[in-house]
Amino acid sequence: MSILVYIDSQEGKIKKSTLEAASYGSALAGQLGTVAIALILGPVVQEDIRILGKCGVTRILHDPTDKLDRFDSGVISSVIQETSRREKADILVFSHNFHGKALAPLVAAGLQGGIVTGVIALPETGTGFIVKKNVFSGKAFAFVRIKSAIKTLTLLPNAYPISETGGDIAVQIFDSGITETDFRVKVTATEIEKGEIPLAEAEIIVSGGRGLKGPENWGIVQDLAEALGAATACSRPVADSGWRPHHEHVGQTGLTVRPNLYIAIGISGAIQHLAGVNGSKLIVVINKDPEAPFFKAADYGIVGDAFQVVPQLTAAIKKLKG
Amino acid sequence: MKILVCISRTADTTAKIAFSNNNTKFDETGVQFIMNPYDEWYALVRAMELKEKMGATVHLILVGDQQSEPIIRKGLAYGADDAVRIDSGSADPYFIASQIAGYSQLEHFDLILTGKETIDFNGSAIGGMVAGFLGIPFISLATWFELNGTQVIVRREIEGGTETCRVELPIVISCQKGVAEMRTPSIRGITSARLKPLLVIAPREAPEFTEVVRFELPAAKSGVKLVSADHPEELVRLLHEEARVI
Repeated sequence: MSILVYIDSQEGKIKKSTLEAASYGSALAGQLGTVAIALILGPVVQEDIRILGKCGVTRILHDPTDKLDRFDSGVISSVIQETSRREKADILVFSHNFHGKALAPLVAAGLQGGIVTGVIALPETGTGFIVKKNVFSGKAFAFVRIKSAIKTLTLLPNAYPISETGGDIAVQIFDSGITETDFRVKVTATEIEKGEIPLAEAEIIVSGGRGLKGPENWGIVQDLAEALGAATACSRPVADSGWRPHHEHVGQTGLTVRPNLYIAIGISGAIQHLAGVNGSKLIVVINKDPEAPFFKAADYGIVGDAFQVVPQLTAAIKKLKG
Repeated sequence: MKILVCISRTADTTAKIAFSNNNTKFDETGVQFIMNPYDEWYALVRAMELKEKMGATVHLILVGDQQSEPIIRKGLAYGADDAVRIDSGSADPYFIASQIAGYSQLEHFDLILTGKETIDFNGSAIGGMVAGFLGIPFISLATWFELNGTQVIVRREIEGGTETCRVELPIVISCQKGVAEMRTPSIRGITSARLKPLLVIAPREAPEFTEVVRFELPAAKSGVKLVSADHPEELVRLLHEEARVI
């Protein structure tokens, strides 16, 4: 019996969302009196492996082969399944990030076990195994019992804190024996926006809507985001009008985010937009319309003109941060 | 070219979320049910585009009870050729994917499309599990794809960007915004949908590994705390000292 956590990386850096998964897996191992094993596939920087050790995992397995850096969900999931059988893992933990969403179902099918995605808390393990997950786009929670011997979970990003209490862990290097012919998905191009904080991992998000009137006015959003170390996002009409790139669109049809702080500027708060953001821990709404539905979902709000309020906010934050 | 589109029935986005039977059942009173938007706007509409462009045939599958038939008829109204409903009320991903994979094994589809997730259970597991059972590649969260002979060129979302890949058919793709242009069924489509074949078959033997024990609603927000527009610095103070998020 053991818990296997898949560690996901991008360009050699371990993703924050999988450090959360490792911390979750470690806490779960403590709860069940078993061990948590972290599995890293592909090259990652040493410093990040050290940080991973701090998450409290018992062992780290690492196949640093270059080609595992290319994401073929079939190849990666087969290595996870083999490792899982070898280590007699009965619980597999992934982040509910882009790669986790692709891998976890393949692994659950291959290992013939139940799966629950988008988990947000440690399970109840008193009688059976019951996990809490978000349903109805964050408008409710479901407690789901998993009855199979092997269980696969994906952990929603920003739902579980990263632990830093573990010690240094020796890394076991292994060779998964993957060859070029195993790859059926050929990655031909990767485009990552340089220097931006990925929305899915951002702790603070500053988001703009139609109230900003045009793309030329995005400076105030970007200035505020920069002062906060935040990522920028937008509502659907803004992305559809081409004011901002589509990957910034949050909402039901765009990205679902759950930062610690979501600041909505000039966004009315249509139910489809709320579906993408109501998992945020704290919501601030700035809108000149006091009747904007977003205020009902907000923790703090300012009824006022964004063009006056936002630059003053930015100045106050800069002052706070010295 | 045979395309299978997996569709499901979900509560409408604007539905009031409430639970009955001691919070163990979703309260359907007054709730309108729709085709899961990701299945409809992206997977199904993209399949219709491919049908028109290259003469593919489009087949629908839904695992659900009789109440889902209006949803299937809507799918047929878009122009799908036929549909099959696997008669089961199960909500377990392993069970549902087993049904779809089992049916696909008999029919040999070149391309299997799903939406990225359902808007009620937010699972996102079906496509990957079907691919896993069939032993074929799975591309998740596609934002664009084109067919080129027996190859698919597909772009998918990754953290902070996109990745383009090339894969040989057959393949399972989960679709999201970007893969198809918006459209609605035509009047002719709606009229002819009634006459199209809708086969109902009994589910095959498969385990159900998960069950919802209960639901819970999030604690109600205590209400918005408004700060005067003349003193935005007060908001910064609250975020720093009271909420401690900055």
